[in-house]
Amino acid sequence: MLDKRRIEVGDTIAIKKSELETLLQTLAAAGYVPLGPQVRDTAIVYDRLENADRLPKGYVTEQAPGRFRLVRAKHSRFFDFIPGAASWKQFLFPPRLDLLTLRRNGKSWHQVGSRPEPNAYAFVGVRPCELAAIQAQDKVFLREDYTDTTYQAQRTKVFILAVNCIHPAGTCFCGTMGTGPRADSGFDLCLTELDEHFLVAVGSALGRDMVLDLAGESASAFLLGSAENALQHAAALTQCDIDPSTCAEAMLDDLDHPHWDEVAQRCLSCGNCTLACPTCFCWDVSDQTNLSMTETRRERTWDSCFNPTYSYQAGGNTRPTIRSRYRQWLSHKFGSWKQQFGTLGCVGCGRCITWCPAGIDTRVEVATLQKETEQ
Amino acid sequence: MTLEQALVHTAAGSKQTWEVQWAEVVKVVPEVTDAATFSLRFIDPAVHNAYHFRPGQFNMLYLPGFGEAAISICSDPADRSSIAHTVRFVGNVTRAVSRLRPGDQVGVRGPFGTSWPIEKLEGKDLFIACGGIGLPPLRGAIYHIMQHREKYGNVTLLYGARTPADLMYTQEYEQWRAAKIQIEVTVDRSEADWTGHVGVVPMWFYGFRMQHRKTAVLTCGPEIMIRFVIFEALARRVAPESIFVSLERNMRCGQGSCGHCQIGPYFVCRDGPVFPFSALQPFFNVEEF
Repeated sequence: MLDKRRIEVGDTIAIKKSELETLLQTLAAAGYVPLGPQVRDTAIVYDRLENADRLPKGYVTEQAPGRFRLVRAKHSRFFDFIPGAASWKQFLFPPRLDLLTLRRNGKSWHQVGSRPEPNAYAFVGVRPCELAAIQAQDKVFLREDYTDTTYQAQRTKVFILAVNCIHPAGTCFCGTMGTGPRADSGFDLCLTELDEHFLVAVGSALGRDMVLDLAGESASAFLLGSAENALQHAAALTQCDIDPSTCAEAMLDDLDHPHWDEVAQRCLSCGNCTLACPTCFCWDVSDQTNLSMTETRRERTWDSCFNPTYSYQAGGNTRPTIRSRYRQWLSHKFGSWKQQFGTLGCVGCGRCITWCPAGIDTRVEVATLQKETEQ
Repeated sequence: MTLEQALVHTAAGSKQTWEVQWAEVVKVVPEVTDAATFSLRFIDPAVHNAYHFRPGQFNMLYLPGFGEAAISICSDPADRSSIAHTVRFVGNVTRAVSRLRPGDQVGVRGPFGTSWPIEKLEGKDLFIACGGIGLPPLRGAIYHIMQHREKYGNVTLLYGARTPADLMYTQEYEQWRAAKIQIEVTVDRSEADWTGHVGVVPMWFYGFRMQHRKTAVLTCGPEIMIRFVIFEALARRVAPESIFVSLERNMRCGQGSCGHCQIGPYFVCRDGPVFPFSALQPFFNVEEF
């Protein structure tokens, strides 16, 4: 039996699968609203998680360029699916957010109301690539010279229960991007799902507090070995031809390469990739005003570099063509992002590939450009 | 910065993203048919006294119900009485600005961005090349130069507009000339009584001889004009580090967050709007970047 007093950050314990429910209840009792993946409308969405039975148990996902199918598996694991278009971004950086409301009094305006305190959320089932995406957005919104206070208020009230990926989908390339299939840090707890057990890695003191009530045991060498094998297998399945160590330079090396024209022929400029991307951070702000012009609400919404209005200015549109917009997206994500934030903007989750209606495979486009420009 | 550090940092008091300071319009000066200069004073005297800007920086001007627009500050940084913006009426927000009258209120966030490195250019000959609405962002620098005229060598202003009626600040040229600033004005289309230059700015740039080692070029205007000004400057062997460009981009936040103003690795609102050309060189001649 496990001596709970001796569990420390960095330890891994094993729990029976039924203990997942206990863990969710413990989190709820600690004041966290559990949010997790569940099946809705033949897709996987993230929403309030009533209990562990609501998880997409027994499902796997088939994913390919422009294709997502939810399929019943022959077994009944909790986390064999790979997430859909939804990502945790929607809770930390909501698609719509009221920044402030102003009311007019004669010629002057004043701010009314105050922002509600954010809920404390427990993110259940955060994949390693998603964890990397959250860390990437931390660098965007929690900079030394600029802090997004709404992001910060929510971010600091999140408990992260991560899950390592044993069964990657066809569009996953975290292995190449170095973000998965195993989470190394940044979580409070991290699960690895085996046949009968979850291995639970303790990533923070807060995480440790949450496992104290679980019926757990020390992870045996056999269980650890099984997990290791499974994750190595997954790592091998999530490789692609991108070289992340040099792609930042390569992407900006020849911005007039003919391949940008070629991919522009296929891109619809719909912006799906930017909506599904868990790191895309661009936003717009607009005033929602009542008819009498006495009250206006400043609303922040996600924007996309694929929108024609995105680069509109008085002197004309900076990027009037699909070619220029696709180039902006890809050369930022895999190129200039590194100069801005120190890492690449891509975490290898594959959402932009799965959810591209034209089936454009980002892995292939980047690798092609890289190969061509590095010749 | 880690999450923990970020918390400590903001607890110590960093900028609130959407905090608007309210200012009153104190004066409106029509400049040309589609632009006017609006002088503002912050309503809170403490805010007004604490507000400082450097020439070339910009503010986000906010009209509730319409939105915000990034507008460069065109007044004298040393003039503490008011803060002026010359606004051309081209979009939703700026058209609403056009209806402002003295006594009306406008929200201000700023100042944002980089400025003309005017102190660092002391001892140099300055060549200012601008077109149209590209002059206002440079006017603050011109005032600074006039006040410290002895610190600079030859100063030339080459300014172009579409027609003589589109020339801005014409009533001030005499004063500028009196401060030994050589002013060359050119228009794209002449009118009957026009006796000055005709032609685009880079074309007249061609006529100037400069000592490339001691000349700095400051330019702002339509991107196509900037491109050819730089071309001409480089052809005269002015170093890319001595050419300074102020860029226009779509801006929403002013703090390098919303993403709209990016050019390569830069957020123009934060890393610009004033760049040394050497920083922009890899991207500048790339179409639609």
